[in-house]
Amino acid sequence: MRALDAPPPAAASPGTHPVRILVDGGVIARRQIEHLLRRPAGLVGELALPAIIVLLFGYVFGGAIEVPGGGDYREYLLPGVFAMQAVSGIGVTITTVAGDLARGVMDRFRAMPMARSAVPVGHTTASLFTGLVNFLGAALCALAVGWRAHRGVWLLLAAFGLLCLFRYATGWIGVAVGLSFKDEAGADHAVPLLFPISMIANTFVPTDGMPAWLRVIADWNPVSAVTAACRQLWGNPGMDRTHTALPLQHPVMATILWSVGIIAVCAPTAVWRFRVAGRH
Amino acid sequence: MGHETAVLVEGVAKRFGATRALRGVDLRVPAGGVFGVLGPNGAGKTTLVRVLTTLLLPDAGRAFVDGIDVVADAERARFRFGLAGQYAAVDEQLTGRGNLRMFARLYRLSPRAARRRADELLERFELIPAADRIVATYSGGMRRRLDLAASLVVSPSVLFLDEPTTGLDPRGRAEVWTAVRDLVATGTTVVLTTQYLEEADRLADAVAVIDSGRVVARGAPRELKAMTGSERLEITVPAVDDMAPAARVLRAATGIEPVLRPGSRTVDTGMGGAPGEVARLVRELDAAGVVIAHLNVRRPSLDDVFLRLTGRATGQAA
Ligand SMILES: Nc1ncnc2c1ncn2[C@@H]1O[C@H](COP(=O)(O)OP(=O)(O)O)[C@@H](O)[C@H]1O
Ligand SMILES: [Mg+2]
Repeated sequence: MRALDAPPPAAASPGTHPVRILVDGGVIARRQIEHLLRRPAGLVGELALPAIIVLLFGYVFGGAIEVPGGGDYREYLLPGVFAMQAVSGIGVTITTVAGDLARGVMDRFRAMPMARSAVPVGHTTASLFTGLVNFLGAALCALAVGWRAHRGVWLLLAAFGLLCLFRYATGWIGVAVGLSFKDEAGADHAVPLLFPISMIANTFVPTDGMPAWLRVIADWNPVSAVTAACRQLWGNPGMDRTHTALPLQHPVMATILWSVGIIAVCAPTAVWRFRVAGRH
Repeated sequence: MGHETAVLVEGVAKRFGATRALRGVDLRVPAGGVFGVLGPNGAGKTTLVRVLTTLLLPDAGRAFVDGIDVVADAERARFRFGLAGQYAAVDEQLTGRGNLRMFARLYRLSPRAARRRADELLERFELIPAADRIVATYSGGMRRRLDLAASLVVSPSVLFLDEPTTGLDPRGRAEVWTAVRDLVATGTTVVLTTQYLEEADRLADAVAVIDSGRVVARGAPRELKAMTGSERLEITVPAVDDMAPAARVLRAATGIEPVLRPGSRTVDTGMGGAPGEVARLVRELDAAGVVIAHLNVRRPSLDDVFLRLTGRATGQAA
């Protein structure tokens, strides 16, 4: 029989060491991305979903919606579609984290001397990767329906930077929430409930048609700030009026603050939940 | 504690709501060899293993693996044990090789060392032909072997195996047994939980019997068997209706309550161990008109021990 002469464990740098978090988080992220790449159907779905939304809203509902300040509805719509793809990071990580909890592999991760934050970090990083696929699908479809960015390549890229930041932040919400489910089935029921988050906003229709109370919610919805920031940076219509709500007057700053705030609250919660979930 | 004790458990208690899964467990597992934790379904075996592997916090008591406190010093303890749980804890959507590389990286091996280690383990557990297939396509036995391999990425001082053969066919079971014996030969201490008395009997050097969250007996399998008396007599009768008269005769002759197994029309009784006892019992059965279709004298099994200790057959609800 072969002797099991395993190498001795590496010098025990604690699991809170930044290098450990990066290395272990990277290993978990790679695993999640491999899951996605191994299912071509899933990958096609991630590409096609934004395209379906563009077609549905752009052509089915589009004719009935009037763009505030005038302009092409599909130019107005596309920033909303990108913002919707960014916020869908919540649903992605809820599902992947709950799936891991249901399977035994999470127990192995927990019983290993890896960084405690590696699993949450890995899931959110992989969700950012999935987001890039979503953005690519949306961008291809956007170009096909005639959407353009009018303020130059730097502002175009700046908006994508904001979208990635927000996508990453919403992944943390999903991990914090997903760790409270017992299995994937619970999460599957919860994810459709997230749909209104991207609807009660300025993504697809202007908020001034909504009842006053709903309009307050919509204007303060982070998704509205992200949408407005993209419209502003890309020179798309819908921004040429004075917004009363503060976040929409400064949408770029609002997007950054929302994202940082979400990460500041959800990341410690998620890591804490990972440490204790199921240990009691 | 030193090197002679691999696992030390002192007064560990754990409750889930109203269920008291562990009610003060004390154990000392000597280093080297196989330690069996034997108990029926719901006895608390998995709960005990989860406490020892830092997955659950005990409500009371202390536990040490390789001298390290699993509550106060969980991270260091995680370097010392391997765990193969009741359900294979591997990633279904990765290949066998991908799983082992991932776990090796998380055990802080360099990418190169992780690749090498994965290859070694695949070879050791005869998984090379399936190495690049998704685990979801593996058979139960292959999954268990991969799970075992994953728990050995860094040679642990103590390996916990929670019901490693439950649900496996005889071949898969034999494979796991061989793997456990090989491991012990390399100096690893194996703590193995099982519902199968035969398994504990075959593999374990020492056994703790647990029932309803308590240790009810401990010792070498040989010592436990000694508790049920010397030998046992099994009488098989031609019809189920003949079992009651046979049992009556045996009860009167031995003073021990016999066990009835209607499925095989067998009456099974302990004996006092006096010389010529078998012949005497057969004569008394014959005199009472009981027809003996088949007769078997056997050494007691751990099943008998369990019945004796808890008043219930294994697998029967509390
Ligand atoms: N997470 C849990 N929540 C509630 N009850 C539990 C939980 N885990 C185990 N139990 C209960 O604790 C007892 C011991 O369970 P367990 O340790 O799994 O036993 P075994 O592994 O010996 O079959 C059982 O009654 C079981 O139902
Ligand atoms: Mg169990």
